[in-house]
Amino acid sequence: MTPFTLSEPQRHLEAQIRWQPVELAFWLATLLPFVFAPNYLVLASQIAITALFALSLDLILGYAGIVSLGHAAYFGFGSYTAGLIAKWGWGEPLTGLAAAAVAAGVLGYATSFIIARFRHLALIMITLGLGLLLAEAANSAGWLTGGADGLQGVRMWKLFGAFQFDLYGTTAYTYSLTILFLAFLLARRLINSPFGLALRGIRENAVRMPAIGAPSPAHIRKIYTIAAVMAGVAGGLLAQTTETVSLETLGFARSADVLVILILGGAGRLYGGLVGAIIYMVARDQFSGINPQYWYFWIGTLLIAVVLFLPNGVLGGLTRLMRLVRSAA
Amino acid sequence: MNWTRMGVSCAVALFVSASCAYAQGTVKIGLINVLSGQFADAGIQLDNGVKTYMKQHGDTVAGKKIEIIRRDVGGPAPDVAKRFAQELVVRDGVDVLAGFLLTPNALAAADVSAQAKKFMVVMNAATSVIITKSPYMIRTSVTLPQVMETFGAWAAKNGLKKCYTMVTDYGPGHDSEAAFQRAFKEAGGDIVGSVRFPVANPDFSAFVQRAKDVNPECIFIFIPGGAQPAALGKAFAERGIDFSKTKVLGSGETTAEQALKAMGDAGLGLISAWHYDYKSKVPLNVEFVKVFNEMHGRNPDFFSIGGYDGMHAIYEALKKTGGNTDGDALIAAAKGLKWESPRGPMSIDADTRDVVQTIYIRRVEKVGGELVNVPFDKVENVKDPTRARGG
Repeated sequence: MTPFTLSEPQRHLEAQIRWQPVELAFWLATLLPFVFAPNYLVLASQIAITALFALSLDLILGYAGIVSLGHAAYFGFGSYTAGLIAKWGWGEPLTGLAAAAVAAGVLGYATSFIIARFRHLALIMITLGLGLLLAEAANSAGWLTGGADGLQGVRMWKLFGAFQFDLYGTTAYTYSLTILFLAFLLARRLINSPFGLALRGIRENAVRMPAIGAPSPAHIRKIYTIAAVMAGVAGGLLAQTTETVSLETLGFARSADVLVILILGGAGRLYGGLVGAIIYMVARDQFSGINPQYWYFWIGTLLIAVVLFLPNGVLGGLTRLMRLVRSAA
Repeated sequence: MNWTRMGVSCAVALFVSASCAYAQGTVKIGLINVLSGQFADAGIQLDNGVKTYMKQHGDTVAGKKIEIIRRDVGGPAPDVAKRFAQELVVRDGVDVLAGFLLTPNALAAADVSAQAKKFMVVMNAATSVIITKSPYMIRTSVTLPQVMETFGAWAAKNGLKKCYTMVTDYGPGHDSEAAFQRAFKEAGGDIVGSVRFPVANPDFSAFVQRAKDVNPECIFIFIPGGAQPAALGKAFAERGIDFSKTKVLGSGETTAEQALKAMGDAGLGLISAWHYDYKSKVPLNVEFVKVFNEMHGRNPDFFSIGGYDGMHAIYEALKKTGGNTDGDALIAAAKGLKWESPRGPMSIDADTRDVVQTIYIRRVEKVGGELVNVPFDKVENVKDPTRARGG
């Protein structure tokens, strides 16, 4: 063995924590829509929100291996919390968003005790069931949620008392992008911490982790709650920037969509959800603009192509390509 | 093709920083509809109505070419509907927002209409309250209370005093139940019992038996179209409910074309209230159904007529303004519009901007071997009662 054996893992970890130029380029690129596509800011803000939601799923699915088909429960819970607070007369965005985060976090913490007991297939059933239960509860509580018609009367105040949520979506995008960036910094810090390493350990072998002194259930509860908070923030953002909340925010379709987005981008990579959200939402927008009736066909084709040729998502494919180029050079 | 069009409109928008209207001679209509998913068929029928109108009346009005930009929301998704409305206004520079199959989508887009001062035409969504959300909005479909309260009052005035209500346990079911019961009681009737069944209910015998046990003079039902009307019809027959003694009252959806076919003779004698039927013998309707069939290979339904009359309202308003697409001008022109539609005479209320029309009371009969809704009574100039009460 080489004399570097001991410091190798540490160096590897440090290399991962360092900011790569491509990361800086990515975040700078998120500012481009302001200059080059000012008519696309509404779409951009919804992409940022979806990206945040996908990032939250990535934390549990990609890093801790918790498969979830009911992640929209926390998204919707945050959405309704933010929406209801605004409806009841407190339209200040930041505090509303904080309330959405807390509410979703409490729900996430409560359900995390069930989640931490199961793995794999059982988890799919349980998360699906929890999601459906919450959606049906919201449907029945029409007096509170507005039922199938959606929540009415959500009115937001100006952000910082100065920036109104406008038709062009400038405020909405700035707001969503900033929150996404902050959440991303948090996720990045988490994933690169010893806690993040423990999560990856759980993903690889959940039984072995307690044997080496890392309590899996406690870690799962922690990350699940954090992911729920993040999903709640994403939901709150959607409620605030669109001033609408509907049952669909809790629905199965949203849980499935976000899963598809994450797989498309590449699960277990911080940028997977972000890249997936951009590709999926832009493709949807373009396909449905060109052909409003049969656009799902093209979305399906895109997904099949990605799964066939890029089994680790778009980012996985890119990484492989980089490696090929490097080894050839 | 779409990329270049987008490029052009956005370059214009960048420099003019107003709308992307690149041709003075075009009126752009953003049609926000549902063309995929569970509600696709209804959305497509609405769109077919729009297409049929443009085929019959041309795509030029007041010297301007009508251009339709279609968007698919994919279901009840207000966040998507609102984004489409915003994008259509700021990116595509549309002059009119139209379509709106589902209530949540219409409610969300109404904000945009109000904020951007754009004329908005709701071609289907039937919840009463939508119309109050933007002062630039009209509706050309129907509202549930408009039909159900009319029906309730009609029943009580026509000698039915004891009624039982059975509705599906979902939004429109609740609204219909409330509207029917309210009007029935106000007109002196008595509700002797009520029941709600689950949305996906395969067997109705127990519910029908419960209704039969209290021996009502009439049973009001509201269930969505599809396979359910047939199952309910079967339960009525099995439990020995005689439609000539116990009147069964339903909505137009319960006795729509496909539902009647599925129900077969079990549906004979069903009484329903509705604003449109494709079998109507009015010459305008005969022509409409003919062209519709030639174009789309099927019969129109109430979704189609909403789209058809929605286009008519837009055309007439544009004629009155001489092609001026300003929101204030268009809504002023649309208020109080009156016309003959394939469904019969209809108008846009000058105060509420909501649809005013005739509600037909029909009975299912066999005409030439086919089950048909035969109108035998009607209530003219019905306004939405919720708004008339100031609610």
